[in-house]
Amino acid sequence: MSSQTVLIPNPTAAAQHRWRKWFTLENRFVPPIFITLILLVGHVTFGILESYKKTLLAIAAAILTELVLGRLITHKWVNVASAYISGISVGILLRSPALWPYALCAVIAITSKYVVRVKNRHIWNPSNFAICVMLFLAAEQVTTLSIQWGNNLYAMLVIWALGSAIIWRLRRFHICATYVLSFVAFAILRAYIVGDPIASEISPITGPEYQLFIFFMITDPKTTVRSKTGQCIVAFSVAAVEMVLRLNSSIYAPLYALFLVGPIALLLETGWTNRKPKPHGIAAFGVTQ
Amino acid sequence: MKRPALIRLILSIVFLGLLATPLILKRIAARRAQATSTHLDQSAALARYGFAFTEISHAAGIDFTHHAPALDPRLNPIMPEVASMGASVSVVDFDRDGWPDLYVTDSAIGSHNHLYRNQHDGTFVDVAPELGLADVNQPNTGVSMGSVWGDFDNDGYEDLYLIKWGRPELFHNDHGHGFTRVSEQAGLPPWINANTAVWFDYDGDGKLDLFVGGYYAENIDLWHLKDTRIMPDSFEYAKNGGRKYLFHNLGNGRFEEVSAKLGIDSRRWSLASAAADLRGTGHPDLFVANDYGVAELYLNDGRRFHESGTQTGVGFAPKSGMNVAVGDIFNQGKYAVYVSNISEDGVLIQGNNLWVPKDASSTKPNQPIAYENMARDLGVELGGWSFGAQFGDLNNDGTLDLTLTNGYVSADPHRSYWYDFAKVAGGNASIIGDADHWPAIDGRSHSGYQQKRVWINDGAGKFVDVAQAVGLTDTHDGRALALVDLFNTGALDVVVANQRGPLLIYKNTVNPANKWLELSLEGTRSNRSAIGAQVTLRWNGQQQIQQVAGGSGFAAENDRRIHFGLGPDPHIESITIRWPSGTIQTLSPADLAQLDTILSIKEPA
Repeated sequence: MSSQTVLIPNPTAAAQHRWRKWFTLENRFVPPIFITLILLVGHVTFGILESYKKTLLAIAAAILTELVLGRLITHKWVNVASAYISGISVGILLRSPALWPYALCAVIAITSKYVVRVKNRHIWNPSNFAICVMLFLAAEQVTTLSIQWGNNLYAMLVIWALGSAIIWRLRRFHICATYVLSFVAFAILRAYIVGDPIASEISPITGPEYQLFIFFMITDPKTTVRSKTGQCIVAFSVAAVEMVLRLNSSIYAPLYALFLVGPIALLLETGWTNRKPKPHGIAAFGVTQ
Repeated sequence: MKRPALIRLILSIVFLGLLATPLILKRIAARRAQATSTHLDQSAALARYGFAFTEISHAAGIDFTHHAPALDPRLNPIMPEVASMGASVSVVDFDRDGWPDLYVTDSAIGSHNHLYRNQHDGTFVDVAPELGLADVNQPNTGVSMGSVWGDFDNDGYEDLYLIKWGRPELFHNDHGHGFTRVSEQAGLPPWINANTAVWFDYDGDGKLDLFVGGYYAENIDLWHLKDTRIMPDSFEYAKNGGRKYLFHNLGNGRFEEVSAKLGIDSRRWSLASAAADLRGTGHPDLFVANDYGVAELYLNDGRRFHESGTQTGVGFAPKSGMNVAVGDIFNQGKYAVYVSNISEDGVLIQGNNLWVPKDASSTKPNQPIAYENMARDLGVELGGWSFGAQFGDLNNDGTLDLTLTNGYVSADPHRSYWYDFAKVAGGNASIIGDADHWPAIDGRSHSGYQQKRVWINDGAGKFVDVAQAVGLTDTHDGRALALVDLFNTGALDVVVANQRGPLLIYKNTVNPANKWLELSLEGTRSNRSAIGAQVTLRWNGQQQIQQVAGGSGFAAENDRRIHFGLGPDPHIESITIRWPSGTIQTLSPADLAQLDTILSIKEPA
């Protein structure tokens, strides 16, 4: 999920036509609106939010943490769009009968952006980091979204179509496409290796967890590398590591794969290429550092 | 140190503290659990908790091991998953000798069920073969999944409805000397793949009616499949299961199926059901727990049922419902409902549900009722892959405790099927609905070897698990659990039917300082089994309600007699019986000759 810390409007945005602002790269509200839409459709259709309280708690905790830490560190009131996405994604992806994991996970997600930084960049997708931490450390209390949304083909197609269109406009579709194609190829390979039905290996990507993972996590502009080729290589690498984890029966393989690959890719980019950070088009959501 | 650096240092420390929080909470919880998880000898358990169990099945003459069904060979790769039920136990005094007997099902084709007659000396003898209740799993008739007893013709002897994946059976009890199969005469359908049924008199006409909840669709012969598309089309919203049946007792040995006509029309995958007057209307409501989906609550207005799961709050969050038990856990004259689900560390934490009526909704009869899930608050949320659970006062202290059995598939303890299960379960309906798409279980365990739960109620809003301390220590794959005073001692014993495992009898020894009272009710204007009769016992300034039930838990039926624990030095104020006919009968302390006794009470004519 998007995870910008310091948000500055792209200077070219003001010159653009009003209606285009809502559908161009500069619009920072597209991802929050999209994820909210998914949430509402999922809830109205299938009641995916077992409790409004849990999701609202995660969102509130994320936004509050962002405001407090942003003020403390940057002395500004930061834009909370990315915190909103982190909170809502924690609210959707995390599953627990208790309330406290939602608040703790959201606070860890936002705090990680300010603490775990290399060369002034945070290196983990915040919600991916926090959810993995909760899965590592509180396995008896939390799991992740797995089987909600009715396993319905049409609901899945609508989300895929809408998500693809938006991601296309945000010029990050190549990341999703690379990951999906890699996943399918590796699924076929896994089926050959372990002898399970191919359908069983393809099955995970037809579920809702992957829709969120693909559209919001692996495309996060702040925690992906900058070149298009590099992004495709990272997406492929995530799928490859996920395959290794799946061969070892890791239930949360995609989350763990991104947890492992994401920072390594960023560190390679920032450390080895010695490229100086600068504001440019990687801020797919119209914001930059 | 400069201020920004100081802030970052403090922030880093806070961050480490956040990361450590789950570990600290885990440690605190483990420390609390350790205090009650140590096995104690009987005297220590008696002293600390007021009761202790001893497993006595072999000494009681019962050496029964359940056999799982072997379905169509095309299901072999996942057979332990699809054939994971069938072990059941129901309590009945079939011969009216005043001593409870046990009926136990087996589930392999050709296997025999057992009717263990209580010999009054601590032992049992199987009389099913000579009474005609043994050979009921014959080829092409399906196999047994459970049983419920009710006197449908009011002749004073409990009749048997046999729940099957296959041809459902009704057996008439011929005055305790034998059983006659009357399935066709009664008008039962030729095939139902069911796991739950409950006797109750929904219309108050004095004749017991029967609810049956389907699991697999009734057009599937699991031994001769047309194709392998038999699995649920969703693991949370499945609606391709078996239909529901409500058999209205016409009074001439025949039943009329009236479910759709009276508002029960569902194809969710039912696993458990119970009937209870949840709103004080005098009409029994019907609570159905469904696998792969939400629970259903059918509120009875006396003429028809209204499915009110969403409005009441119990049918909103889809889980894997496998049990329904009702009990007045706060001694407030209101029933809570316990529904078991699945919890597996690090994989799936559904949590069991304890539905407690909200105060504002439950104070007036006939008013809308709303529930909140208090399982977490009260400490009865996590029970593993939970199956049968029952409320009952195990230590006779005056509050209802909760006993739960669990465990899905115990095979190779070092290899788990959970990864492959989760891999497919999250997928699209077209994938998960076909058994051919599921990876082979290949001897692996799936939430196996789990510890059971005996949660004692402290009377102040908390339940504490003491199973290991009081001796309920097996780790078989538990399915049905029934509570019964097997030896007429005033102690609730626990009988557990295990899938592919032994029938276990945990004999209960209770601190004699705590008093008790049991009521054996017989209807006259009401159905003779008195199913649906509700007893309100008031003592020491408190009250507790209990009802006579025609099925409870998962594939189980408890002792028909109502058991009250009273604690030490009880002062009985009154006993009020509301019979299903509407008759109210009140007993005063003067009517009680003594405590620690079993009272037989007949409905006033």
